[in-house]
Amino acid sequence: MSSVISFENVVFQHRTQENPLHLNIGLPSAKITAIVGPSGSGKSSLLQLINGLLRPVSGIVHVLGSPIDYTRLEQLRRRIGYVVQSAGLFPHLTIAQNISLSAHIKGEAVSEDRIDELMTKMTLSGQFKQRHPYQLSGGEQQRAVICMALYGRPDIVLLDESMGSLDSITRVEIQDQLMTLQSEEKYSAVLVTHDLQEALRLGDYLIVINRGNIEAHGTAQEVQSSPSELVQKLFEHSTIGPRKFSRS
Amino acid sequence: MKLTRRVILGLLLVLTSQLLRAQPIRVGSKHFTEGYLLSEMLALLIEDQGYVVERRFHLGGTMICYSALKENEIDIYPEYSGTISSEILKATRNMTVPELRDTLEKSGFLVSDSYGFENKYALVVTQSLAAQSGVRKISHLKAHPSLRIGLSYEFLKRQDGWENLAKRYGLQQTAFGLEHGLAYGPLTKGALDVTDAYSTDGEIPYYKLTLLEDDIGYFPQYQAISFCRNDLPAPVVAASEKLTGQISESEMQELNAEVLFRNRPYAEVAEKFLVSKGLLKGGRNSSHLNELLARTTEHVGLTFISLVLSILVAIPLSILVYRKHRLSQVVIYAAGLLQTIPSIALLAILIPLTGIGAVPAVIALFLYGQLPILRNTVTGLRNIDPALKKVADGLGMSPYQKLKFVEFPLAAPAILAGIRTAAVINVGTATLAAFIGAGGLGEFIVTGLALNNHSLILKGAIPTALLAIAIELLFEWMQRLFIPKYLRSETA
Repeated sequence: MSSVISFENVVFQHRTQENPLHLNIGLPSAKITAIVGPSGSGKSSLLQLINGLLRPVSGIVHVLGSPIDYTRLEQLRRRIGYVVQSAGLFPHLTIAQNISLSAHIKGEAVSEDRIDELMTKMTLSGQFKQRHPYQLSGGEQQRAVICMALYGRPDIVLLDESMGSLDSITRVEIQDQLMTLQSEEKYSAVLVTHDLQEALRLGDYLIVINRGNIEAHGTAQEVQSSPSELVQKLFEHSTIGPRKFSRS
Repeated sequence: MKLTRRVILGLLLVLTSQLLRAQPIRVGSKHFTEGYLLSEMLALLIEDQGYVVERRFHLGGTMICYSALKENEIDIYPEYSGTISSEILKATRNMTVPELRDTLEKSGFLVSDSYGFENKYALVVTQSLAAQSGVRKISHLKAHPSLRIGLSYEFLKRQDGWENLAKRYGLQQTAFGLEHGLAYGPLTKGALDVTDAYSTDGEIPYYKLTLLEDDIGYFPQYQAISFCRNDLPAPVVAASEKLTGQISESEMQELNAEVLFRNRPYAEVAEKFLVSKGLLKGGRNSSHLNELLARTTEHVGLTFISLVLSILVAIPLSILVYRKHRLSQVVIYAAGLLQTIPSIALLAILIPLTGIGAVPAVIALFLYGQLPILRNTVTGLRNIDPALKKVADGLGMSPYQKLKFVEFPLAAPAILAGIRTAAVINVGTATLAAFIGAGGLGEFIVTGLALNNHSLILKGAIPTALLAIAIELLFEWMQRLFIPKYLRSETA
């Protein structure tokens, strides 16, 4: 299994932890990796290690085949889509401007076709293009944020609790659309969630994290058979089984 | 948008050229009625020779006028021989006009011959008292020891004041002190018999007072003369010399009374007098509306230029410091400290550095504009949702792109509100610029204060208030134009 992202002896400071946390793990390429764990467990920090918003105390983070060059973060970040929890659209820009913002950053021409394509796939009506974020519902905004992250055909997409505040129907819809898009565009996605069901639905590869420690990692099956108490507790309360069994 | 930008640029150019007009003759004036009248006469006579005259009136006291003359900030102003001798040259004895001329020539100055009158200390009694008692001269007071003498505190203390006068004239009376402005009431009602006055005070004809003749020549000479730089063009000097010997003491009293008690504009009184003396042709009455327009243009110019400078400095400065909490606190603190300096004090501090006129006024207004713009811009930039900043970073924006796409547009409402506050403060503060000869609507107010003329004060105050309202409306409109609806509510 080739790793698109790997953590090599990475030690990082996490707000709830007095001691720095240690990581040694690789994430698979062109798959969806779901990181699951209770809130405050260091999931979001782990995500921010990947796009350099957080710098490790020691150790090396490899992204897309080379260690992160912290003097050239802008170049790296332009190849990574990033969807943050609860925010993401700029209120002063229209939906179309928000979605195509990465083109402006890279100095490229805006492709209306690409905007239309993504909006269609995320079932966003074309009439929203010239509207401002405040005119959209929460679910519509979240779809637009995902379009924004995918617009520049990034190699990696990071999703940080991106569906946390949505109702369950909208959430399932967006999850399905995300999976379809991932299988078409073949980017590597890293999804952070506290919801095991979401992780099982979306994740080809799972990492269970608690208080900065990796409790278990691997396919859903592998994780389920882990002796970790937390993992067992998580699966006890889970009502649906791992979906990915049949697919892989 | 492009049109707006072009209009603003055009306006800026016009206003700048207005402030940097071709070198005119600058006539100064001290801050009191007689100073205005004489300076206006000089200005009219020089204008009559085809020169452009800049009136830098309201220059405060002797030392401000003299240093302005020395620093080449003004070219000419009316002064009194005794004042030059005692206050400027610090001479121990009173010098005559020819002596002054000889002494000042070496320093590059010129003094004219006397306009024909002196404005010196004098003792006055009512005409009725003079008629009843026959007191016409100071020496006559000796024969009337029961007369009650009330004098200004200044006159009681001065070297050339009461104590020495009583000694020289051998007077027995004890004088008591009172506020000069309050002396005329008791005097006319008979509660007081003798007080001190300036010999050309408008009160003398108005209250029908008699000046007591200084029959032993106790008081130093205070001949009214022109005091100017000797590098002035000859026709200008010649024009100013037309006043020589033209104004008598009683004529000056009348002119002062015209302004003080009959509320005539000093410019009109000065012009009428020159016409009556045949020194000027009549019928060149300048319209009130033109003057109002000219002052308003100056006022808007001062406000606008200083505001543009404030914006050009404060916004980049805010961007530089806002990421560093400590540094931005220091900068805002410093700007706040500037704000606490009283405007008049700040203007006075600037005079030795920049001279008088529009430059120090613009500098002072520029400094006052810093705090509101700085504080609002820094606050606006800091208050941006940190999650959005994270998204911007995550997208790989360079610092410049972050500023352009995210920070600046999101902070725009706060920045505009800061500029609006600065503009309104500047419109009000710009009225004080008149004190240092920068013109503007403050000229009416300052002159009105000096002449105690309420309608003149209102002539400056009302347009200033209207300007402030206009600026509020203008910014309201700009907010509607430039700030999207969903951002507006944050600052409302």
